[in-house]
Amino acid sequence: MSDSFEPILIGFTCNWCSYRAADLAGTARVKYPPNIRLLRLMCSGRLDPTFVLKALASGADGVLITGCHPGECHYLEQNYKALRRYLLLRRMLAQMGIEPERVKLVWASAAEGVKLAQEITDMVEEIRALGPLNWPQRHNGAAPHADEKAVKEGTA
Amino acid sequence: MSANGKPKFAMYWAAGCGGCEIAVLNIHEKILDVDANFEVVFWPVAMDAKYQDVEAMPDGSITLTLFDGGIRNSENEMLARLLRRKSQILVAFGSCACQGGIPGLANLSAPESLFAAVYDGVSTDSQGVRPQAVWQVPEGELHIPEFYPILKTLAQVVPVDYFMPGCPPEPHQIAAVVDLVIQALHGQAELPPPGSIIGAGYSTVCDECKRARNVKHIRAFERIQNLDHIDPALCLLEQGLPCNGPATRSGCGALCPQAGAPCIGCYGSAEGVLDYGARLLSAFASVIDGNTPEEIERCLDGIPDPAGQVYRFSLANSLLRGGKTACDDEEAEQELIHEAAYHD
Repeated sequence: MSDSFEPILIGFTCNWCSYRAADLAGTARVKYPPNIRLLRLMCSGRLDPTFVLKALASGADGVLITGCHPGECHYLEQNYKALRRYLLLRRMLAQMGIEPERVKLVWASAAEGVKLAQEITDMVEEIRALGPLNWPQRHNGAAPHADEKAVKEGTA
Repeated sequence: MSANGKPKFAMYWAAGCGGCEIAVLNIHEKILDVDANFEVVFWPVAMDAKYQDVEAMPDGSITLTLFDGGIRNSENEMLARLLRRKSQILVAFGSCACQGGIPGLANLSAPESLFAAVYDGVSTDSQGVRPQAVWQVPEGELHIPEFYPILKTLAQVVPVDYFMPGCPPEPHQIAAVVDLVIQALHGQAELPPPGSIIGAGYSTVCDECKRARNVKHIRAFERIQNLDHIDPALCLLEQGLPCNGPATRSGCGALCPQAGAPCIGCYGSAEGVLDYGARLLSAFASVIDGNTPEEIERCLDGIPDPAGQVYRFSLANSLLRGGKTACDDEEAEQELIHEAAYHD
């Protein structure tokens, strides 16, 4: 693998914890690599596994899912649902031949800016070592036909 | 229009089991309406025809073409392109043409491991033999269709007018579509907009299922043969059977769950679902009764083949389309991961 490979990670954050942790890391000037693109959801329970598959299918090298610690969900227990979905998704991705390091679930409270920055740094380095996933080139890119259209047109 | 004034009809069987061809005959006396209203110009299962005959037809001269099966090799693709050019209405007919179907599950493996399974595993007299697209014989050069790395759906290869899911599509749905096309030809009805899914519902199989549904708390997923008793009136998923109803398009009348067998998802994704497997995976995982990774993993052990369960008919049409190995050269290493997932 060449030294110039910069992995692209998609990070899903929860409005009530990890998004604020990322914010805190920013205001506290804690550094983490710019390879991750953070997206805010209202809760890790909002994370449809489709988002993860779409990120990978569109060219992401890894996906980081973050949420509130068990027992601390703003919506009581949705982070447990995120955990269950993640564990099943992980089994399925293994069958697809996708390395387990590429999709991770991390708990980070609003106070854990340093922890989140460290997790991101570690994950970027792990994926840099793994190399690019290159899914679009692998399977000719294009998304499924009929239903993609329905979703775009808002008939979903 | 042909010499006898009838619109032309064609049907082609690509990478599939051929059940869709039988399903067309399963519409009983309605098949006489097809004959009365159409001239069958190309249907290799039912009548003799040569590809050259189709090539000789003017473009757009076939009114209706039903295409069943996915695109697994160069012959499938050639016919898909040819029939697209010759047809006014091209219908992806059945699960394989729409979503890849069962043959699409082969997208989890690289071609070489598929060949190894077929030529080295089952047969005893063809060890090491592999199909060659081009082969020299004294008489000249022989060609057979080239095997593609992954199976594609029809719409991934050519534009498709309508999608008609089902493995196979249900007879009453086929009959309704035949009626609609005939009426449209006589100006008595309007065809749905191109790209529509026809001969199916807009909701989910659960919506058509008569079984009682409560709040779901699943402590363990079970295989059907391991259950002593199945409550005939209660949701199968609540009884621990992975039933694909929650993500699957309605239209079949919930035949399988009504008969006591879990839905396997042949009608593909319900309206607006981008990735069938992701939606189903979400539905299964959300109802697990357990909050610690250990409890959850124990419950998930009841689904030994997650990819096969959630993508049984739709892997080729999923966002990922298949496994990493399908297009990989360093296949051996990946196969290990694959194996590990099965034997965990």
